Amino acid sequence: MSLVKIANGTVYDPTNNIDGVVQDIWIQDGKIVAPPTATDVRPDRTLDATGLVVMAGGVDMHAHIAGPKVNLARKMRPEDKRLAPPVRRTPNTRSGTVGSVPSTFATGYLYAGMGYTTVFDAAIPPLAARHAHEEFGDTPIIDKGFFLLFGNNHYVLNQIAANEPERLKAFVGWMLHAAKAYAVKVVNPGGIEVWKGGGDNVHSLDESVEHFNVTPRQIITSLTQTAMDLGLPHPVHIHCNNLGLPGNWNTTLATMQALEGRRAHLTHIQFHSYGGGLGEQSQFCSKTTELADYVNAHPNLTVDVGQVLFGETTSMTGDGPLGYYLHKVTGRKWTNADTEMEAGCGIVPITYREKSFVHALQWAIGLEWYLLVNDPWRIAMSTDHPNGGSFLAYPEIIQLLMDRTYRQEVLKRVPPRVLECSVLKDLDREYSLYEIAIITRAAPARMLGLKHKGHLGIGADGDVAIYTPNANKLDMFALPRYVLKGGVVIVEQGEIREELFGRTLYAATSYDDGVLPDIQKWFEEYYTIQFNNYPVDEHYMTNGSTAVACSNR
Amino acid sequence: MDDIFILIPGRTSRQGTTLNEGKLKADFIEETQTLFMCPDDMTRRGVVDGERVRIRSEFGQVELTCKAAKTGELPPGLLFLPYGDPSSRLMGGETHCTGMPDSKGMDVQLEKLL
Amino acid sequence: MSEAAVMDAETRIVKDATCTFCGCVCDDMELTVVGKRITKAKNACVLGKAWFLNHHIEEHAVATIEGKPATLEEGVERAAQILANARYPIVYGLSDTTCEAQRVAVSIADRVGACVDTTTSVCHGPSGMAFQGVGEVTCTLGEVKNRADLVIFWGGNPAESHPRHWTRYSLMPKGLFVPNGRKGRTAVLVDVRKSKSAAAADIFWQIKPRKDFEVLWALRALVKGVEIDPAIEQETGISLAQMQDLVQRMKSCKFGIIFFGMGLSMTRGKHMNVEAALSLARDLNDYTRFYAKPVRGHGNVTGADNVVAWQTGYPFGVSLGRGYPRFNPGEFTTSDTLARGEADAGLIIASDPAGNFSQPAREHLKKIPYIALDPHESETTRGATVHFCTATYGINTPGTVYRMDDVPIPLRPAFDSPFPSDETVLRAIEKRVRELLRERLTN
Ligand code: SF4
Ligand SMILES: [Zn+2]
Repeated sequence: MSLVKIANGTVYDPTNNIDGVVQDIWIQDGKIVAPPTATDVRPDRTLDATGLVVMAGGVDMHAHIAGPKVNLARKMRPEDKRLAPPVRRTPNTRSGTVGSVPSTFATGYLYAGMGYTTVFDAAIPPLAARHAHEEFGDTPIIDKGFFLLFGNNHYVLNQIAANEPERLKAFVGWMLHAAKAYAVKVVNPGGIEVWKGGGDNVHSLDESVEHFNVTPRQIITSLTQTAMDLGLPHPVHIHCNNLGLPGNWNTTLATMQALEGRRAHLTHIQFHSYGGGLGEQSQFCSKTTELADYVNAHPNLTVDVGQVLFGETTSMTGDGPLGYYLHKVTGRKWTNADTEMEAGCGIVPITYREKSFVHALQWAIGLEWYLLVNDPWRIAMSTDHPNGGSFLAYPEIIQLLMDRTYRQEVLKRVPPRVLECSVLKDLDREYSLYEIAIITRAAPARMLGLKHKGHLGIGADGDVAIYTPNANKLDMFALPRYVLKGGVVIVEQGEIREELFGRTLYAATSYDDGVLPDIQKWFEEYYTIQFNNYPVDEHYMTNGSTAVACSNR
Repeated sequence: MDDIFILIPGRTSRQGTTLNEGKLKADFIEETQTLFMCPDDMTRRGVVDGERVRIRSEFGQVELTCKAAKTGELPPGLLFLPYGDPSSRLMGGETHCTGMPDSKGMDVQLEKLL
Repeated sequence: MSEAAVMDAETRIVKDATCTFCGCVCDDMELTVVGKRITKAKNACVLGKAWFLNHHIEEHAVATIEGKPATLEEGVERAAQILANARYPIVYGLSDTTCEAQRVAVSIADRVGACVDTTTSVCHGPSGMAFQGVGEVTCTLGEVKNRADLVIFWGGNPAESHPRHWTRYSLMPKGLFVPNGRKGRTAVLVDVRKSKSAAAADIFWQIKPRKDFEVLWALRALVKGVEIDPAIEQETGISLAQMQDLVQRMKSCKFGIIFFGMGLSMTRGKHMNVEAALSLARDLNDYTRFYAKPVRGHGNVTGADNVVAWQTGYPFGVSLGRGYPRFNPGEFTTSDTLARGEADAGLIIASDPAGNFSQPAREHLKKIPYIALDPHESETTRGATVHFCTATYGINTPGTVYRMDDVPIPLRPAFDSPFPSDETVLRAIEKRVRELLRERLTN
């Protein structure tokens, strides 16, 4: 039994329509509770939040923090870590390295240190699910889960080609269960299989994937429908075809249209909003306005941004051909790692330069997205960590959104042509604290279908971030006064006070096990591990897990 | 007498199976003390199958039993020794900033034991 | 009771068990277990059979301190004292234990400010460095099974070191795009020695010793259309025509792969040799899909790389001495910290540096107090201040192991051991070390 009172803070809780109201928050045994009615109740701990801003813990719905791709990047890039101040060991906490791909302990501490308490890894190949869970076991404080790669899975492609939606649904349900994953991720549908088969990529929604005779359009619509039919808490999470290529906005728009009103999340949308001829740098320009208009008019869609920030980072993606493309563009070292029957992966170091027209335009396009989507409930903050930049840049993004003067100052430093190719200079919208609370916790929690996250209503998890107001929003959000996880004060003024481990979140899917013999037959023919050794059992979730219910349909 | 051989330590099937019986057991010790040599070199150096030789590197020396390699397996000048305690005794401690001592392709001298 | 009746009463079959003897980590073992012995290991190769069938519970104290039997608690106390009082401790080994144990070992290293290093540094450590230099185009072994039509082994002898590599993954299996199995693939072996593996290759190149880099670099040049002097043959033992032929095959295959062994990583040039192989494979992706992978040795050496990397950010050779991870092969790697006489205490898990390190390294190890965890006796356990006799991973303990291609595989133990697992011992040491360090802080 523990009772915590956060007294007298100024609360921003958009889920419950609370916009800067001074009130107390009570947490009992890890959950938010109603203020006790009896007057003699003494909390075990009271935090005086007078004059402080109180929000739910941050929710990062799309980052790369665990699993094979992330760990390959760690191994590949010692130089990246040498530049960054390390995380030092203390009597209570472990040491770690930072750079663009922090080690597991550092990841947990740094997120928590910034007021984030829930994070999802966006791209895990099912065969490596066990690896991701093992890393989660060494990632302190935050609750976490991951999305599972499906868009180039052979069984999926086969069922789509054979027009077997029921079997597809059972397979996806079984896979999510076997991997203890949270959502369906689609990365460059069909394109990775083409790359693995020796081709270069797919370029439009209606190109056929050799051998499998399916198109990206079919993959997108089938998996979107499947995720809906399974009643998953989070709809399909789509990384569109043609990421990063000039002119790709057409593909992005076509993808949105192909969804025909079905619920879907389009991720790191910034990387998919480019005008110009396919493969032509010279006409590179922003098409955010066109795409944001479409999103504004279609409530079935949500997005996260994938903001680019200037500096050194690591591109890591399930999109194999993209890795090769970046390697060719940058000339830097390149890792490609393909997973049998399932997925691809590309990793390349990248430096986003303020003086580069392309990079600066990417930066501007990300900001355009935040400013052009009218309803903040349908856009989530992300850098696609570490692709556009580290998650540690979130306070910087907040400042860019809340302070247009600061934004204009940065805009003055970028190549002037950026101003012609984007509308950013004309956007004077500024985010309020309430809207920041939406895009950094309330909206992503809602998009993820996490009813107990992203808000401070009764029954929500006692994950709370308390900030000291400051005109400089970067400082304000980089260094919370307190952070609570499950009602325990874990961070005070940037210092980790207590090391605890958050839970793993996965979707509680059900599936028709009549399809298992067929899956097993396919599996045994092509995989190199035993069918029985594939599923991940609960004991990998050493710090506890929460199976999030699917809606019964 | 003093010509330089190149020694390649490596795994063998027997080295692997006897390892499972125990590194301190006779079979493993025997296997890891058996030096394989090109038959031509053996003739040239007057060593016959089963004879003992001393192998000396810059860093150490070991005594081994010599055995003819299968025809064609080892070219003249190349020696093979299953990994184990003796092969490691010939390595130096220097790793040239890699963490890995020169563990294959070592220069050694061979001397027949009388 | 007749012997048959005893058999019936005690015989169990364990399916989908995993052999952790080599990096192939075959998880299709069917073990017949009679009491506390494995009598049959169906699907295992000769090494795997030796691994399982030779396994028996030895008469041994759970712990010995300076050679004398001790209780587990006494062993833990002494081990924790050694580590907590050391100024330059090393944690080494780790490739033959579970990831669960490795995670605790790195934690201990972090708490006491040790150098943590694994047997990677003396097998494919240089390959890890090469990867840091140029990256790596790689894949899981199932990709090879399903797609590869050109398979090159370089500087290794899989027939004897990884006997099921060919049958399970790389040459024999029929795969999705290689329906005819072996017939659909061209196998190439490049080595200085015509090893037992040569018989299985369609093309065998016996190159001159220590010329791997030159051959690989020449192939790269040819791929890029650079002219090569025919004198390359005198230098390397391989003619220009042979090289041109292979380059042609590499460019025109659908899926090619170079599996390289320690012939590259252990021979002088080391990481440069491997960089040449990785670069060659990378360059070929301008024409087709081409991959390169190290053939990793010990059962869970790949897990060790992964665990050390996710906890510290670096794969091996990590110093935690300053309170945060620093990486420097040649400085923090165990061969070096021992050979230079720097380490003043050690925690050695499932490996035998006293039996396979260089002479100066062994001599220094003899001089310092150290703890060894190993199910079997070795030179290292004999010289240890504290030796814990532990259960064998995979046979007696569950846990996780990473195959050479980073695929994590769960273990299904055959029977219990009277000895504790590495993880159990390490957790006890970690707990006691933390207590001692806390006491020191408050005093
Ligand atoms: S190939 Fe390796 S893992 Fe497979 S059975 Fe043989 S020794 Fe064991
Ligand atoms: Zn992403």
